[in-house]
Amino acid sequence: MEKIKITIDNKQVEVSKGTTIYHAAKANGIDIPTLCYLKLDHLNIENRPGGCRVCVVQIEGRKNLAPSCSTLCADGMVVYTNKVRVLNARKTVLELILSDHPKECLVCSSSGQCDLQKLSQKMGIREIHAVENAEMSTYRKDYSPALRRDMDKCIMCRRCETICNDVQTVGALSAVNRGFMSVVAPAFEQDLVDSPCTFCGQCVAVCPTGALTPFDDTAKVIRALADPTKTVIVQTAPAVRAALGEEFGLEPGTLVTGKMVSALRTMGFDKVFDTDFAADLTIMEEGTELLNRISKFLNGDKDVKLPILTSCCPAWVNFFEENYPTMLDVPSTARSPQQMFGSIAKNYFAELLGIKREDLVVISVMPCLAKKYECQREEFSTNGNPDVDYSISTRELASLIRFANIDFNSLSEEDFDRPLGESTGAAVIFGATGGVIEAAVRTAYELYTGKKLTKVDFKELRGLEGIRTATLDFNGTPIHIGIAHQLGNARKLLDGIRSGMYNFHAIEIMACPGGCIGGAGQPLHHGDSSIIQARFDAIYREDASKTIRKSHENPYIIKLYEDYLGHPMSEKAHHLLHTKYFEKNKN
Amino acid sequence: MNKIKSLDDLRKMKQNLENGMNIREKSNSPESLVQIRVAMATCGIASGARAVMNTLIERIEKDKIPAVVTQGGCMGYCYAEPTVEVKVPGKDPVVFGYVDSKVAIDIIEKYVLQGELLEGIIPVNYQTINDKK
Amino acid sequence: MSHYKMHLLVCGGTGCRASESEKITENLNAEIKKLGLENEAQVVVTGCFGFCEKGPIVKIVPDNTFYTQVKPEDCAEIVSEHVLKGRKVSRLLYEDPETQKHVEDSKHMGFYQKQIRIALRNCGFIDPENIDEYIARDGYAALGNILTEMSPQQAIDIMKKSGLRGRGGGGFPTGLKWEIASSNKADQKYVVCNADEGDPGAFMDRSILEGDPHSVIEAMAICGYCIGANKGIVYIRAEYPLAIKRLKIAARQARVYGLLGNDVLGTGFSFDIELRYGAGAFVCGEETALIKSMEGLRGEPTVKPPFPAEKGYLGKPTNVNNVETYANVPAIFLKGPEWFASIGTEKSKGTKVFALAGKINNVGLIEVPMGITLREVIFEIGGGIKDGKKFKAVQTGGPSGGCLTEKHLDTPIDFDNLIAAGSMMGSGGMIVMDEDDCMVSVAKFYLEFTVEESCGKCAPCRIGNKRLHEILEKICNGKGTEADIEYLKNLSKVIKDTALCGLGQTSPNPVLSTIEHFLDEYKAHVTERICPAGQCKALKLYTIIPEKCTGCTACTRACPVGAISGEKRQPHIIDVDKCIRCGACYDKCKFTAIHVQ
Repeated sequence: MEKIKITIDNKQVEVSKGTTIYHAAKANGIDIPTLCYLKLDHLNIENRPGGCRVCVVQIEGRKNLAPSCSTLCADGMVVYTNKVRVLNARKTVLELILSDHPKECLVCSSSGQCDLQKLSQKMGIREIHAVENAEMSTYRKDYSPALRRDMDKCIMCRRCETICNDVQTVGALSAVNRGFMSVVAPAFEQDLVDSPCTFCGQCVAVCPTGALTPFDDTAKVIRALADPTKTVIVQTAPAVRAALGEEFGLEPGTLVTGKMVSALRTMGFDKVFDTDFAADLTIMEEGTELLNRISKFLNGDKDVKLPILTSCCPAWVNFFEENYPTMLDVPSTARSPQQMFGSIAKNYFAELLGIKREDLVVISVMPCLAKKYECQREEFSTNGNPDVDYSISTRELASLIRFANIDFNSLSEEDFDRPLGESTGAAVIFGATGGVIEAAVRTAYELYTGKKLTKVDFKELRGLEGIRTATLDFNGTPIHIGIAHQLGNARKLLDGIRSGMYNFHAIEIMACPGGCIGGAGQPLHHGDSSIIQARFDAIYREDASKTIRKSHENPYIIKLYEDYLGHPMSEKAHHLLHTKYFEKNKN
Repeated sequence: MNKIKSLDDLRKMKQNLENGMNIREKSNSPESLVQIRVAMATCGIASGARAVMNTLIERIEKDKIPAVVTQGGCMGYCYAEPTVEVKVPGKDPVVFGYVDSKVAIDIIEKYVLQGELLEGIIPVNYQTINDKK
Repeated sequence: MSHYKMHLLVCGGTGCRASESEKITENLNAEIKKLGLENEAQVVVTGCFGFCEKGPIVKIVPDNTFYTQVKPEDCAEIVSEHVLKGRKVSRLLYEDPETQKHVEDSKHMGFYQKQIRIALRNCGFIDPENIDEYIARDGYAALGNILTEMSPQQAIDIMKKSGLRGRGGGGFPTGLKWEIASSNKADQKYVVCNADEGDPGAFMDRSILEGDPHSVIEAMAICGYCIGANKGIVYIRAEYPLAIKRLKIAARQARVYGLLGNDVLGTGFSFDIELRYGAGAFVCGEETALIKSMEGLRGEPTVKPPFPAEKGYLGKPTNVNNVETYANVPAIFLKGPEWFASIGTEKSKGTKVFALAGKINNVGLIEVPMGITLREVIFEIGGGIKDGKKFKAVQTGGPSGGCLTEKHLDTPIDFDNLIAAGSMMGSGGMIVMDEDDCMVSVAKFYLEFTVEESCGKCAPCRIGNKRLHEILEKICNGKGTEADIEYLKNLSKVIKDTALCGLGQTSPNPVLSTIEHFLDEYKAHVTERICPAGQCKALKLYTIIPEKCTGCTACTRACPVGAISGEKRQPHIIDVDKCIRCGACYDKCKFTAIHVQ
């Protein structure tokens, strides 16, 4: 790479050609603030509208200030990031943005997490020059089951728009109106629920302010816990344990499984279970379904639907229901782990306890916002009683822990309750992209070949690349696997299959970057993709540390089939653990 | 209408078309042209000014003479109609009386092209109606 | 073939058509037929003459008679008197505002005397719907010559030599722009004509497209040859139906003649154009926003670089020029770059079309050589200020320009001088203000426009302009402070310094230039709470002069809010707090007893 020399704040530095001033400064210890620019390395996500104008710098010989995020370094360039002219401009622009922003930081759900608030602190804003009663741009609020839009707080950074359109190709959000009333919104002022939104929540994950926030269900959880007539149990998704610690100042990638269980128990949950148990169950059902389809295919059945698509990710389910209505019979019919857990809990476990399903409250802790929508789907309830009552995010759990005066870091490590708390390494890796398919392969290989795996790690399936493919040798039968994370990559993969570019037996798709570890319910990454990498590594560390690493070897799963379900894909299993899909536009 | 097949075709076409625009082109720079004004008031028309004007225009167009023919109102020489005023660039205007088609040709060929004086010039310090106002 | 003695040119521009010029054409033809003069006189519908103040215009050649404000019922007289008998219809002739004499020959009209028409050379001269008239005036000859005798680089060199700079506002050298687009290699390139004219009061691009569409088409084809593009797109506002219609007719005729399409003039060069309609957003005149809009996306600018010449429409190298720029191109090739460069100033060559408007006698479209002074434009061509009032300022460059004053009247107008004076060329709007105009209100008026037209992408423009407008409104309402003026200055400078595109980078110009040149007026608003021009309603104070008041109660009855009270035949009083400054009492009072401050 060609190197060039530039001077930033009187310091000579050498950078590669093609580097922006923003990155050149950052690499040299100068942190130029920005509100709109966002880049997640390795995930192919970049938002660079050059719109907030907070990152402006002075370049010698240039008439006006330049946005450092989108101005490339040139050899011999002399840049100042902190001249009075620059600082005054930055402060004035920030004041302008604040002048059109509600002053309700004290009660804003993003308080403490808000980039705008942090920058105002950093810039020492103490008053806002504007006309008394300066007009504010206000918009109708929109509450969906998964996320809330309060666009009065929107600063037009366009991060959500880039994520929704360029990264996820969902197309629910785009800039509407002009000038002062510009805002990002669904077309025709639709509510999100009526738009193509999949509730992946990635817009929330990148929103620098409180404009897009998760729907807060913590109050319902507190109410349930306070109700003496209810038995309240909780399930925690695999990705939660790899990220929750960040909320309490721990290094990204710190596994806090034991402390999390301990905290939940302290808060008063009657049973602390693990979604991982249901993940193992998913592998039994989905793996069997995969083997059935492959066997039929190899026996010459022309009608069999291949490739099989995973169905664990609720945003992905929403996405294909919206975009691929003609392919509704292709994905696995297996419910997601959250819903399998809910179904087993409200039927099998309620029976074990001898209580009515209405008296059992199932809470899930998820890295995900789409799970809030999923648990409210009609098909996942019986007589109006949902299998999973409320789904809260990792961040909501953290705020509940804080609310309950629990000193998280000093908690002892405890273990999940049984029977629905036992899990294998295969279940843990559900939290990372490629994990579900690897877990499925571990089981499917042994069931198909009848041989024991000598090596359970399928490294060829791991990684953070958007689309990955691998061919595995099932005792002489080549099995083609495709993996995609982020819905835009999913679309590419599916379109590639339709055009004949790809040919797969099985495909895993996750809507969020990195899989569930990058879910919108997780602690905010604020543009630092190394956090996602650290969680990714943690997930595989947890897998490696498990004694049982294949779902079909989970003793409680074996027992569940023996005592209750019979065998995978049995009629009972079908009734409790499988679902069907709906063309979204016809609902 | 057919396709124009080459630059030469375009040039030829232009030559054929430019006649139609002559009147307008000339009006763009009248001061550099010989200005011929035919008095076309009722008395002039009655004495045949229209025919004179047509003759002048045809003659000019034939040889592409740099002259422009306009019509004017009565010049006050009703006795000498049809009258024609000719202004050659750099010279004083001259008015011819009793102009018929033959004289018109002479005006062009002798006075305009050769600079010869003709009979029939009204040799007074005349004023046109328009100037009087 | 008929030997027409006379052509009657009827303006078919949008303005004159609105005043029944179509009916005039119809009537003229009917009258001519009635008198059997079909072979002597020909009626031609042309584009705009520029003298829109006095439309509809009928010009008769070769004697250059210029009839103004013609009505359909005037046609009989024009034909029977002028066409038949050579007697000009005096009452319809243009009357010089100074001498109050009728001007017989348009050559002697002040409005035209200082004009040099290059971009407008065919407007008001040819029938824009007849390609033959364009060809008769050497139309498509420039294209033919270039295709047959020049390499693209040679043609680009001529453009560079001419010194032509973009007429859309930026003033970027056109030849250089073409060269950059030419040097970027790609399988597909585009030539775009920016016909998204948006400055309030500016209509030169519309007039050119209505009056001489072929010159733009020819220039686009020349550009296509130079940069290696075979596709041209005209991005035109949908509000210009007549321009669209004429452009479509022109393109169709050019295709029939093989001047557009495959193998133009047998040279193997292929080029064609299509039209895209803009919805009228001002910001879409900015080239990157225009390209976004053409791609079907939200019309908002993107950060440059990359410039369109590198990555433009659909990611391909694209050359964007505005209508007036293109209209100059064929003339440059026909008459030579030296000729073009001989007109104008050192760094601004050729002419510029301006749209004169405001408090000026001759409102209209003019084309003048660069380097002409504002004084010449306003007082000679424009015929001075209306109603003999005093000149106060002129706003050049549209809403993004600045106000220039008395002291700038003798500054030669070109790109660089205008910027040095705190304004800009823009697309050529020129709005003249007189002593009755309040400069704070003027700044507020322009800000209103930019607030309306901001795309909302960048914070300084989206919010900053809104705040500027609010502060100006506060000052006009008599609630401003001196600190507000300081903040206006700081905010304006920051917006200029930080905004993303040309719209925001220039939108505070009216504020800054009015503060610079009319600080006293601002101060009067905030300290003495008066509006020296008497424009700001909130700053008017209505009082009754007791000595003059007869107590007739007429004002009491006229007042819509009951702010006036008093006994009959006793002097009345106005309650200042109730008064809404509507002026109804002032209008009603027969004894001039109402005093306005």
